[in-house]
Amino acid sequence: MAIMTYAAAARLAVAEAMRADSNVWCIGEDLGRGGVFQQYQGLREEFGAQRVSDAPISEAAIMSAAFGAAMVGTRPIVEMRFADFALCATDELVNQIAKARFMFGGQSRAPMVIRKPMGMWRSSAAQHSQSLESWYTHIPGLVVVCPATPQDNYSMMKAAIQCDDPIVYLEHKDIWANEGEVDPDYHYEFGRAEIRRGGGDVTLVSWSNTANLAADAGRDLSSQGIEAEVIDLRSLWPWDKSTVINSVKKTGRLIVAHESVQVSGFGAEIAATVAEHALQALKAPITRIGAPRSLIAYAPNLENQLRVTGQMMVDAAIRLCR
Amino acid sequence: MTISNYDIDRGLSLLSMMQRIRAFEEQARLAAVRDKLVHGAIHLSIGQEAVAAGVMMHLTRKDYMLSTHRGHGHTLAKGANPDTMMQELLGRSGGCCSGKGGSMHIADFSVGMLGANGVVAANITIAAGAAHGIKLSGDNHIVVCFFGDGAANRGPFLEGLNWAGVFGLPILFVCEDNRYSATTLTAEMTAGDGPAARAQSLGLSTTTVDGNDADAVADTAGRLITQVRDTRQPAFLHASTYRLDGHTYFDPASYRPDGEAQHSARTNDPITRLRETLITAGLPAHQLDALKDAGNDEMTHALAVATDAAWPADASVFDDVQDIGSPRQDAY
Ligand SMILES: Cc1ncc(C[n+]2csc(CCOP(=O)(O)OP(=O)(O)O)c2C)c(N)n1
Ligand SMILES: [Mg+2]
Repeated sequence: MAIMTYAAAARLAVAEAMRADSNVWCIGEDLGRGGVFQQYQGLREEFGAQRVSDAPISEAAIMSAAFGAAMVGTRPIVEMRFADFALCATDELVNQIAKARFMFGGQSRAPMVIRKPMGMWRSSAAQHSQSLESWYTHIPGLVVVCPATPQDNYSMMKAAIQCDDPIVYLEHKDIWANEGEVDPDYHYEFGRAEIRRGGGDVTLVSWSNTANLAADAGRDLSSQGIEAEVIDLRSLWPWDKSTVINSVKKTGRLIVAHESVQVSGFGAEIAATVAEHALQALKAPITRIGAPRSLIAYAPNLENQLRVTGQMMVDAAIRLCR
Repeated sequence: MTISNYDIDRGLSLLSMMQRIRAFEEQARLAAVRDKLVHGAIHLSIGQEAVAAGVMMHLTRKDYMLSTHRGHGHTLAKGANPDTMMQELLGRSGGCCSGKGGSMHIADFSVGMLGANGVVAANITIAAGAAHGIKLSGDNHIVVCFFGDGAANRGPFLEGLNWAGVFGLPILFVCEDNRYSATTLTAEMTAGDGPAARAQSLGLSTTTVDGNDADAVADTAGRLITQVRDTRQPAFLHASTYRLDGHTYFDPASYRPDGEAQHSARTNDPITRLRETLITAGLPAHQLDALKDAGNDEMTHALAVATDAAWPADASVFDDVQDIGSPRQDAY
């Protein structure tokens, strides 16, 4: 066990995978200097410029050249710098990478980890702050994961690099410096949620940094006599339906919280699934907490208008349990 | 070329491949129009066969090739089996993509054909990536990437050629310039001097060839492919050609000036041109006819096989989507 940051945990997983398999390599802008968030710090020195490769500001080519290289046997880790810029490579991800194996009748694979740092961070405004995870869950062929802790950013990165599917790997920009214990032997299984906190009164489902806020909210609620079961989904496709449904069957109450826009957010999928499979268990209406459908602004007070907070979860839980 | 030093064997092998491609596509058109067995769009390369034949004769199966929506000729010339190709066009289980891709996604990885593409220009950056993979692995193969004149107006043209230049990748880009982007004259939608000038401005070694002269394509492509193999650097071949058919098999191509296609068919059909060369070189017409007949027989057989082939199992629509979170595992 070691204490390390969220950024360092992923970096360690990448370094270990690169040592173990010479086919693993990284490609993206400014990686040679450690990446814009230092998540590649030191890797160039150890693995050289070919395997920790700088790229032109050509997001479509970064995505798609990595895909071409994956089709001929390498295992690329693709850095998109900001999730927002990955939109410049949408055709490459959605029409090519996600579909190639199927369209070609199983002749090809795209073992790729596509890193997309997402979320609100330091007044980055509308084009550098988005959380678009639900978009990717709509695309057959893609695996979509959102690690929230250093442990998960280590274990999930390791699992992602070993996986033969293309993985949309969404790290949250606001938690690179978060510290936590990392057990290198912990094995992450795709589609398995983590119960961050057990409780019998209300189920609180979240992911990415919002799951950290949910864990704090769970502690708060406990001091007020409400025991929330806090579930960090960790992966959105596949997602851990049985853990969520079993929890709702126990608590009878569900809150789903995410930083992204509430409309058509992944919370809607969870709410609908629970309504289909556990309606009878519900003692109160399902509550969704997501951002209003407006644009992320620069001024801190405006940015805060759209921020999903732990307090919102506390308030919602009290409302549901009262 | 003088007739005295003409390479007859190579000429015959080019003609044979071109006749096979022509026959395959004529059978595919029959399957579509007469038999109503082709379910989606197919884009025929009738009139453009010399480019496919002249380039691919210099590749081995270990070299990679990526193609476009107009990819039957490239795929056959790369060595794919016409029976499995025709089954793919008809959506059958024995198709090279198990009936899941059809004409626009035809691929045969066993011969290094890494896929046609339904998105114009998308294959350019993927092909650059395949060459990047070759470089990382230290292999000595090369990549050839085909695209049309219309593709030069999409971003991947810039990003992919720049990528190949920046990373020094073993790839030959081949622009098959048939002057049309679907129903629009490409020149009317293209600023500057076109694809070759753009490639040159990105520092690529760029060559232009009459794409309907099979021997010229074979000579030029042979030289460029040797250059790419030796230098491990990208090169660009601009081949001017003409599609004799419509954009799709159901396009009457009425946007073309009257007589344009007929004139090209009369004076510039690459098969007729190569036949004439071979006859001038002293080959008897019946020997050349025999190549044509052999192509027709082979492809008539391919269509017969495909017509009788089984449909894919319904449940196979859930196969080969993904391992993690496969639609087969999804419990709800
Ligand atoms: C990105 C994209 N835009 C539009 C189309 C529709 N489309 C298919 S083929 C084609 C024309 C392409 O022209 P060119 O690249 O010259 O190839 P050609 O058809 O002449 O072989 C168009 C517009 C497409 N498939 N992909
Ligand atoms: Mg064209």
